Amino acid sequence: MASPYSKELLLDMYRKMYLIRRFEERAGQQYTLGKIAGFCHLYIGQEAVAVGPVEALRPDDYMLSAYRDHGQPLARGSDAGMVMAELMGRGTGYSKGKGGSMHIFDIEHHFYGGYGIVGGQIPLAAGMAFASRYRNEDRVTVCYFGDAAASQGALHETFNMASKWKLPVIYICENNRYGMGTAISRIAAVPEIYKRASAYDMRGEPVDGMDVLAMYEAVKDAAEYCRAGKGPVLLEANTYRFRGHSMADPATYRTKHEVEEERKGDPIPKLRAYIKKQGLAQDDVFETIEEEVNALVDQAVKFADESPEPSLDELWRDTIVEEGEEDVRPRERVLGQKVTWPKYPSGQELKVTWDLEPREQAEAADKKAGLIR
Amino acid sequence: MPELMYREALNQALAEEMERDANVYLIGEEVGRYNGAFKVSQGLLDKFGSARIIDAPIAELGFTGLSVGAAMVGLRPVVEMMTWNFAILAMDQIVNNAAKLRHMSGGQLRCPIVFRGPGGAGGRLSSQHSQALEANYAHFPGLKVIAPATPADAKGMLKAAIRDENPVLMFEGERLYAIKGHVPEGEHVVPLGKADVKREGTDVTIITWSRMYYFCMQAAEELAKEGISVEVLDLRTLRPLDEEAILASVRKTNRAVIVEEGWGLAGVGASVVDIIQSKAFDDLDAPVERVTGLDVNMSYAANLENATQPDAPKIIAAVKKVLYREGA
Ligand SMILES: Cc1ncc(C[n+]2csc(CCOP(=O)(O)OP(=O)(O)O)c2C)c(N)n1
Repeated sequence: MASPYSKELLLDMYRKMYLIRRFEERAGQQYTLGKIAGFCHLYIGQEAVAVGPVEALRPDDYMLSAYRDHGQPLARGSDAGMVMAELMGRGTGYSKGKGGSMHIFDIEHHFYGGYGIVGGQIPLAAGMAFASRYRNEDRVTVCYFGDAAASQGALHETFNMASKWKLPVIYICENNRYGMGTAISRIAAVPEIYKRASAYDMRGEPVDGMDVLAMYEAVKDAAEYCRAGKGPVLLEANTYRFRGHSMADPATYRTKHEVEEERKGDPIPKLRAYIKKQGLAQDDVFETIEEEVNALVDQAVKFADESPEPSLDELWRDTIVEEGEEDVRPRERVLGQKVTWPKYPSGQELKVTWDLEPREQAEAADKKAGLIR
Repeated sequence: MPELMYREALNQALAEEMERDANVYLIGEEVGRYNGAFKVSQGLLDKFGSARIIDAPIAELGFTGLSVGAAMVGLRPVVEMMTWNFAILAMDQIVNNAAKLRHMSGGQLRCPIVFRGPGGAGGRLSSQHSQALEANYAHFPGLKVIAPATPADAKGMLKAAIRDENPVLMFEGERLYAIKGHVPEGEHVVPLGKADVKREGTDVTIITWSRMYYFCMQAAEELAKEGISVEVLDLRTLRPLDEEAILASVRKTNRAVIVEEGWGLAGVGASVVDIIQSKAFDDLDAPVERVTGLDVNMSYAANLENATQPDAPKIIAAVKKVLYREGA
């Protein structure tokens, strides 16, 4: 059967997954060399969970993640050198070296950050989706979190509001089966995270997170559902991280056998095999892509390595917005490239025309409850 | 100038700012159909509809975080905390997200949001409902913290807070909502970060904010009868502190008493003492005194509750102490 996907799409997916893999391997190496410090949570094994959705979304859809946050921005087109510079604490990083590995922000590509408090980004995403609804925009927001984060109160408080208010937000739980060293099955009363959506009358589905096409399809469908105003969606991407929780973790809590078994499901060779089987590309094409990406990542490391540390007066910037202060456009600041920046309607232009709780509906409910006769 | 209650002044500020900018919305428990637990949002639902006056579930962390997210992409939320005691549940979102977004993003993001609600002691509500918690938040870079005492300041500062590009936390006195004062109509904006000399004097400066202001004024009146001239400096903003105003007043009177409803240890007053002793030590004629809430949890019993909090007699005693008139 012919593939329903274009060759361009499939090769783009391959390129992005390979980029993330290569980038992360090099990041791990730089960590070992002492050039990256702090926590550095690699994405190796989970590439399909970032790339499938990115291909299924519009470039202006909002996205945010937890601290395992290098993959999504790379997939969306962030500059690999500036991400690497951030990991190395250089002034040319996206956050001028103030955020580090756990806090990549690239607003130009609508990536609204990596967050270090487990589950803390979950309400933010609902708020961004709320803003889209408030302004009558058909953007969706995609929010990543881990399986362990699903136990946080923030998730439950947010799901309740997101569902009640039909917010256009897609939550993607990256179930890599461990929160640090604790297997999800040991701490979760219901280890199938997608089922938690049902408590809030919200759509929830499991997805094969080792299959980029499955992720693509699931998010395409979910985004349509959200844009149609039907409410939030929870996708549980069943995936696996091939490395430890962070670079500091030797991951002794799982067996070598388990990791070897999981590695057989590596999403990158899987996609490559699929493309080949479809006859859309042969090894030479993949080799060319890989060479290009290798050069790009080499370049990124070199750029970061040669970049200066932030200047000390940066200490006093970016805490409080001073009157009339302009926001920083990182690519412009670092690479001198003119960039677009989201422009929000001012108060005068904006008309809020919808109701969260239409008056008639509220009154009907009151009547039913016997509050009004 | 019409006389308004503190709550009415806040209501006016909200209504005017929502009228002026459709990006402003109010969210909180009971703010809509119930018209606000303390009636600050009276009538706003009818005016602005349920998309802008939002009745939230009792999920402080959730609706706070949701609003921080909305502010990240350009809305200007006002989050009403039923009281600041419950905002403790939302502290992660205020402190770990709102205060740090700009920093962590290297200046890419701003977070124009107001968190507001009553703080300080209630009337006989025991320890979980009677806490002056502003010092906790004044600790965090990235936040602005305000605590107006008068209806006029309440209106002007809320308007300024809503227009500010940063997260602003507004502590209203739970027991101030019904007090009355003259409030300018329309465009009355009080800049954040500026203290106000509410009473001029020459012998001693009392530095305070929020509800304690009234006890200080009462003390000042009493002391005036004894020929002691008290200057009352209302800080109004606790972060950033108005160093200039503090130093100017202390340099004039050479004596200072700081009155704070909250606990003394690691309180805002401790930082005010630090400013005075490090920058105006030579101007002091006496060590700075502090009158603070006692270092205990609040009791329900009337006599214990009263004994726990600062009041005019305690302030008068402190003033006399810095004037070396103890027992006089
Ligand atoms: C509130 C909070 N508690 C604890 C931690 C420490 N911590 C960091 S990551 C982590 C595990 C989270 O696992 P999961 O959500 O499944 O994400 P994954 O690392 O698997 O991507 C923990 C406990 C934290 N950062 N925040």
